[in-house]
Amino acid sequence: MDFLKTDLATLHQKLVNQELTVTELVEATLENIEKSDENYDAFITIMREEALAAAKEMDEKGVPADQVLAGIPYGIKDNIVTKDVLTTAASRMLENFKPVYDATVIEKLRDAGAIGVGKLNMDEFAMGSTTETSYFKKTKNAWDTTKVPGGSSGGSAVAVASGQVPYALGTDTGGSVRQPAAFNGIVGMKPSYGRISRWGVIAFGSSFDQVGILSRTVKDNAYVLNQLAGVDEKDQTSSPKAVPDFTANLSEDLTGVKIAVPQEYFGRGVTEEVKATIEAGLETLKSLGATVEEVSLPHTKYGVGAYYILASAEAASNLQRFDGIRYGYRAEDAKNLEELYVKTRSQGFGEEVKRRIMLGTYSLSAGSYDAFFKKAAQIRTLMIQDFQKVFADYDLIVAPTAPNVAYGFGENADDPEITYMNDVLTIPMNMAGLPGMSVNAGFSNGLPIGMQFIGDQFQESKVYQAGYAFEQATKLYEQTPGGAK
Amino acid sequence: MAVPNFETTIGLEVHVELKTNSKAMSPSPVGYGAKPNENTNVIDWGYPGVLPQANHGAVEYGMMAATALHAQITRDLHWDRKNYFYPDNPKAYQITQQERPIATNGWLDVEVDGQTKRIGITEMHVEEDAGKNTHGNSGYSYVDLNRQGTPLIEIVSEPDMSTPEEAYAYLEALRQAIQFTGISDVKMQEGSMRVDANISIRPVGSKEYGTKVELKNLNSFNYVRKGLAFEEERQAKIYLAGGQIKQQTRRFDEATGETVLMREKETADDYRYFPEPDLTPLHISDEWVQAVADKLPESAPERRQHYVDDLGLEPYDAKVLTQTLEMSDFFDATVKEGANPKRAANYLMGDVNAYLNEKQVDLQDTELTPAHLAAMIKLIDDGTISTKMAKKVFTAITKGEDPVAFVEANGLKQMSDPAELQPIIDDILDKNEQSIIDFHNGKDRAVGFLVGQIMKATKGSANPNVVNELLMSSLQARKPE
Amino acid sequence: MAIEKLNRDAVENVASLAKLELSDAEADMMTDQLDKIFDLVKMLGEVDTEGVEPTYTPVQTQTVLRDDVAVNAHESDALLANAPESEANLIKVPTILDEGA
Ligand SMILES: [Mg+2]
Ligand SMILES: [Zn+2]
Repeated sequence: MDFLKTDLATLHQKLVNQELTVTELVEATLENIEKSDENYDAFITIMREEALAAAKEMDEKGVPADQVLAGIPYGIKDNIVTKDVLTTAASRMLENFKPVYDATVIEKLRDAGAIGVGKLNMDEFAMGSTTETSYFKKTKNAWDTTKVPGGSSGGSAVAVASGQVPYALGTDTGGSVRQPAAFNGIVGMKPSYGRISRWGVIAFGSSFDQVGILSRTVKDNAYVLNQLAGVDEKDQTSSPKAVPDFTANLSEDLTGVKIAVPQEYFGRGVTEEVKATIEAGLETLKSLGATVEEVSLPHTKYGVGAYYILASAEAASNLQRFDGIRYGYRAEDAKNLEELYVKTRSQGFGEEVKRRIMLGTYSLSAGSYDAFFKKAAQIRTLMIQDFQKVFADYDLIVAPTAPNVAYGFGENADDPEITYMNDVLTIPMNMAGLPGMSVNAGFSNGLPIGMQFIGDQFQESKVYQAGYAFEQATKLYEQTPGGAK
Repeated sequence: MAVPNFETTIGLEVHVELKTNSKAMSPSPVGYGAKPNENTNVIDWGYPGVLPQANHGAVEYGMMAATALHAQITRDLHWDRKNYFYPDNPKAYQITQQERPIATNGWLDVEVDGQTKRIGITEMHVEEDAGKNTHGNSGYSYVDLNRQGTPLIEIVSEPDMSTPEEAYAYLEALRQAIQFTGISDVKMQEGSMRVDANISIRPVGSKEYGTKVELKNLNSFNYVRKGLAFEEERQAKIYLAGGQIKQQTRRFDEATGETVLMREKETADDYRYFPEPDLTPLHISDEWVQAVADKLPESAPERRQHYVDDLGLEPYDAKVLTQTLEMSDFFDATVKEGANPKRAANYLMGDVNAYLNEKQVDLQDTELTPAHLAAMIKLIDDGTISTKMAKKVFTAITKGEDPVAFVEANGLKQMSDPAELQPIIDDILDKNEQSIIDFHNGKDRAVGFLVGQIMKATKGSANPNVVNELLMSSLQARKPE
Repeated sequence: MAIEKLNRDAVENVASLAKLELSDAEADMMTDQLDKIFDLVKMLGEVDTEGVEPTYTPVQTQTVLRDDVAVNAHESDALLANAPESEANLIKVPTILDEGA
């Protein structure tokens, strides 16, 4: 079973009509994962027994006709905790860690009858944009296995793009859902900060982190957000805002929709192919009735520096709990407490994680706070004000998701301008808590290019509406890896 | 005793555990006596993926304390993280209020040697307590997280105290102020009140403060006083010998009465505070402040005022009764049950206190109830029992017995009915002609003798007041020709 | 407010705050890498932030608090089972040398 030719609504009908049992579907899914993952290395853990048990139960109960996700498999980024199922955050630190509780998103999907089939590879603690910092394995791009999948939700993006699962959960702290979605030609939505509960999501940057959804189509994505969104008493930062039906009002008409295009998002480092593809995409949007105008978000260039300070500071603090005392990795032969701390953390964390911990600790340390942390938090305010000005006049912002297409392993640090632009294009939405979604907009040398739709806070509906119209106009989702058409 | 030629500066940091139902940041129960780690959940353990869930009750108790300490409540505030590694601190940060404490600018008046002094309170914040480490001797330590997350308020005084006695008086006043709000047991021996003291000395007239020494692990107010007194002298000796005070943390050794070096601080701790991103900022509305003020029980000074003005007690008695919340509450309840306030006060300060001292128990741990005490007092007032009989009744009510039933069952009722007493009096007078003559010849002794005879005849149950009255009129009636 | 280049001493101080131990090579690498990020950070100095309120979270709700109701999760056995070492319901750690923070 692969999921490249079907959408959730169609699958759901087949299950309801009993053309297919849930057990058959799940078995076929597991079989395909076990075979195809030799190429992709997307999974850290396959939840065979749990998934089959859930399938059996669903078959006995019958698939509810009003629950589109019921009986359908999905994948889970491995920084989302699953009760009694290994949850590693792709770190040696949690190599053997089995949580004693489920994340709220996992509970909500279980309530809907959805069936988790495995835990997906990622950059260690979500720090990276290629999935190369994983302690366990290197995931390969679904379109070209010599290329990186993007990250940090690289495993989630590849599992969806390669047809292993119809959708997967990721997390996005600075672009970690949108950029791998772009690199793999699928839809990746990071909702507004607070839209989805963070309870059970292993924290990186607490004021930036948000669970995101990777799917093949926009409508599939909206179905999943319908199930995940909403206030949660276990996450006091989750929003009490009403949750609309995100699948409603999806049409091919964008008449009257005002789109802003920030000039700063087309700077040096964005490749010509990407620029051309996005420009063509904007033409398509105009042809659907939208108006497109250039705007400026003047504080964009400071965003990356400010983000690294703030997110790393939060990360440094969040990752202090990994100390070898209550769970997870513990260094051997520590003679005293100090040694236990230092050895456990030095051996348990990889290089990128240590680098961010160092930066974050430095930013907060005595004498640095005002020039680093506080200054960055003030820049954050200015960036939010930039967005508020634009959204006073426009419905959406459209921009590239990434400055380039997927590149080879080990090449990410080669061009500082590309690396920098990579952050410029996705970080501002996390700084401001805005929803952002990547949709495939074309190809360069057979590798996908993502276009990003950005809405004002809690305006996911507008993002989905524009993304859907664009997707239906281009039908690029019909193109699948391996050249299949 | 202050050291000659030096002046002392003392500031106190007091942590008070709040008696909420659940923890500051998790729904786990707050409480003692459970087996290790029994009252913990994934939040208390700092599990990957958990988030704090700030407790409305902890914030409200903080506001109550702020009001009781005459402090300004901060209306817009946020939580902060204080980062440090320690096994009893599972997240390696404590959620506290650093930048915007819940209250500032409070004060308490203390009385030392008949003088009243106002001690400033710099700030007060709500935060979470740590767990408990115990140290084995086999190369291991052990961690119990039951206490982890218990809400605390930290109360930081101004360095306004200049003697150990003032520090002692401040702690008494603080304990009383907090206790009367009902938000904490404030018991040093149980750790629900904990004190750290900062002390420095400087030569009289010097403008600069001396180097601060911090005293930790002070387990009673007395040890605070003794530890500070020891430090005054220790530091003065170093000065006088030409030495320099070093910035140190010291603990008080109960056995020797001395302070002992724990560690020397060369650089300040670097806690890397920053605003807690997992919780929303707090806004405390006017309505909430008012609701808390309305909910707050009367403070000790308010109760004293009420006892003197409305119940007619002596100021000294009012003060004794308000020394602890339990006593004051018991008194109020007894009065509410209809007891004469003065008699209730006398019983509480006299027999009840003596009983508590003798048994070494707290009032709430006895079987005494305000209803029983009030009923006993009413029996005295309406002449049903004598104050002498009341001794027996008091013993009975300390055992939880109902005083009315006890008096009934043991025949302790006084004879107060003149119709019952007159024949007995007549009989005694008939038998003692000489005493009647003696009385009329001005020998007062005769009355005492006759009363004795009547009491004997009634086995002591006659109401002395009624007897006196009847006897006097009978004697007048029998004036010899 | 000038942001200095990071020196090795500063890197080592930060490592000790973060309870990390860096080899010489790692410390050199870290010094270089952090320096690069500081170049980005230095750019922030260009922005006039006088009077700008800092934003610590995009959350706009305030005063979200939980009712003071106790719930015992009764999960201490499961939690203790995940601890690398425990004894008599206590978490066991190598001896704590100093007297704490
Ligand atoms: Mg403090
Ligand atoms: Zn404190």
